[in-house]
Amino acid sequence: MHIVICIKQVPDSAQIRVHPVTNTIMRQGVPTIINPYDLFALEEALRLRGAHGGEVTVLTMGPPMAEDALRKALTYGADRAVLLTDRCFAGSDTLATSFALSRAIVRIGETFGAPDIVFAGKQTIDGDTAQVGPGIAKRLGLLQFTYVAKIDSIDVDAREITVKRRSEGGTQMLKSRLPCLITMLEGTNEIRRGSLDDAMRAARSQIVKWSAAEAGIEDFNKCGLRGSPTVVKRVFAPTTRAEKATQIDMTDKTQHDLADELIASIFTRQPALEHELAFDGGQ
Amino acid sequence: MSNANREAPPSAGRAGIKRELPEHFRDYRHVWVFIELERGEVHPVSFELLGEGRKLADKLGIQLAGIVLGPPGEATQHAVAEAFAYGADLVYLVEAPLLADYRNEPFTKAMTDLVNTHKPEILLLGATTLGRDLAGSVATTLLTGLTADCTELDVDVDGSLAATRPTFGGSLLCTIYTLNYRPQMATVRPRVMAMPPRTAKPVGRVVRHKLSMTEEEIITKVLGFNLDRQSAKANLAYADIVVAGGLGLGSAENLQLVKNLARAIGAEYGCSRPLVQKGWMPADRQVGQTGKTIRPKLYIAAGISGAIQHRVGVEGADLIVAINTDPNAPIFEFAHLGIVTDAIRFLPALTEAFTRRLSPHSHDKLAS
Repeated sequence: MHIVICIKQVPDSAQIRVHPVTNTIMRQGVPTIINPYDLFALEEALRLRGAHGGEVTVLTMGPPMAEDALRKALTYGADRAVLLTDRCFAGSDTLATSFALSRAIVRIGETFGAPDIVFAGKQTIDGDTAQVGPGIAKRLGLLQFTYVAKIDSIDVDAREITVKRRSEGGTQMLKSRLPCLITMLEGTNEIRRGSLDDAMRAARSQIVKWSAAEAGIEDFNKCGLRGSPTVVKRVFAPTTRAEKATQIDMTDKTQHDLADELIASIFTRQPALEHELAFDGGQ
Repeated sequence: MSNANREAPPSAGRAGIKRELPEHFRDYRHVWVFIELERGEVHPVSFELLGEGRKLADKLGIQLAGIVLGPPGEATQHAVAEAFAYGADLVYLVEAPLLADYRNEPFTKAMTDLVNTHKPEILLLGATTLGRDLAGSVATTLLTGLTADCTELDVDVDGSLAATRPTFGGSLLCTIYTLNYRPQMATVRPRVMAMPPRTAKPVGRVVRHKLSMTEEEIITKVLGFNLDRQSAKANLAYADIVVAGGLGLGSAENLQLVKNLARAIGAEYGCSRPLVQKGWMPADRQVGQTGKTIRPKLYIAAGISGAIQHRVGVEGADLIVAINTDPNAPIFEFAHLGIVTDAIRFLPALTEAFTRRLSPHSHDKLAS
């Protein structure tokens, strides 16, 4: 079985700071990580390889430094890494990104064998759109399963797959066919610790690097800003509320006094709440 | 019904420059809202979107349509009636047994056929598991722009949809346009927009559309559906009172203090993003723009510093109470009531005080 997993290198959001005056992101010194949601997909891919044999190819699109994320993925045990990098991809929105990645997946198929499953994370932590996975599926004509909590079974020979998929009020059990694209729900597994062998192999590995042309892209108008129907017109910091919080005075008060005072303030501001709480609360 | 026109290469241009809308998109009119019907129930986000859609349609002087995709039967008819009650001028309806359960293939087909036939200018969907699954497929099929998780929708002077959403993990906001393509698509998370009033409006014009697909053409089959247990279902987004804990609680064990207070006052409990990342609470309890957006009557934030993405997700609360040891914590910038104290010590006192005050035997005290 050949599994392709799409990952993204993202800034570690816990360490992003916004410049207080210019309202721009201060990127300097912010470490990058593999998008945390992608790790659930990577682990699932590695598990499937363990159960069914085959290879796992990791793919990312990004600047040359995205190689670090691919090398990290290799340390977890992926077999091969492909970096799609080209200046023409700059400014890609989700539609242009899904175009470029889908072309690269076709090229991966031609070069290393057609994938049975393409994985992606649920969404990224920097864009949060959850659109690129479905976009790739649509462009490649793959069946699509998003928010998958569990892959129940795969029959590689019969080309069958059954999955449990998260829906708003419960879990859907679906039976479908390979090849397909799956985005994994968070918390469904835990990324393994890579072996020492994998770490050494990752350090030595040649990462496959493709430009747009090398990935088989002919129409550059579908890439980057030109291929993006959406345009970001303005980036700004949210306006703050005019007033700050009214502070409850702490002087000479016990925690119990404070609690009583807070409750009194809450009910003064929201008188209806006291009545509702007396009936609904306190079970 | 063809996508042929859409494949025409876009005119090259840079961000921020308004270009001429191609000829074949000029007759795209009206605002559409996808009415999310799953297993007999309409997701409330659909009504919230009708409220926003109404405003956009009125500004543009065009109509608001609800899109109902579902199996023949009462639930689907009810969804149609509700779409009118929450402000739709008309409803496009695709009724087919194949649409009984959500599956990407028939829903994408139904929606893209509707768009190609009736040509909306704006298409809004809820950013739910269903809405996001569908929106990504539809936008890619139509090769148009899709802006996810919008927190504000407006119309520009030249009539373009200005879709504002958080970016960089919620640290900043950005306004995004889909200039040269139609429809302009956007998703919005539940509870981000206010629920509009329901009116006793009669069912208006319903335009029916046939689904040109058979069960044999759909590869994916539904084997079953497990409803979530009611007790396991965190109804954070729609709760009237929410108590949430943050890193200031110091340990996963101390989250019990948050749960105790929540139980005492009949609230839902949640946490800030770092706690989910630490694995202290499951992701469906995360309060904030990147988790659940909430609009409760009362929100108590204990040991939460108040990062922008958190703020964007709780600002709709009527009353925000913040408890934090750091007097300079950003949460005090947007909370209404603040206490600079250690939540680990204060929460038990608050729980006890609430319990005392709300117990049936405390009426004498209340009256005094």
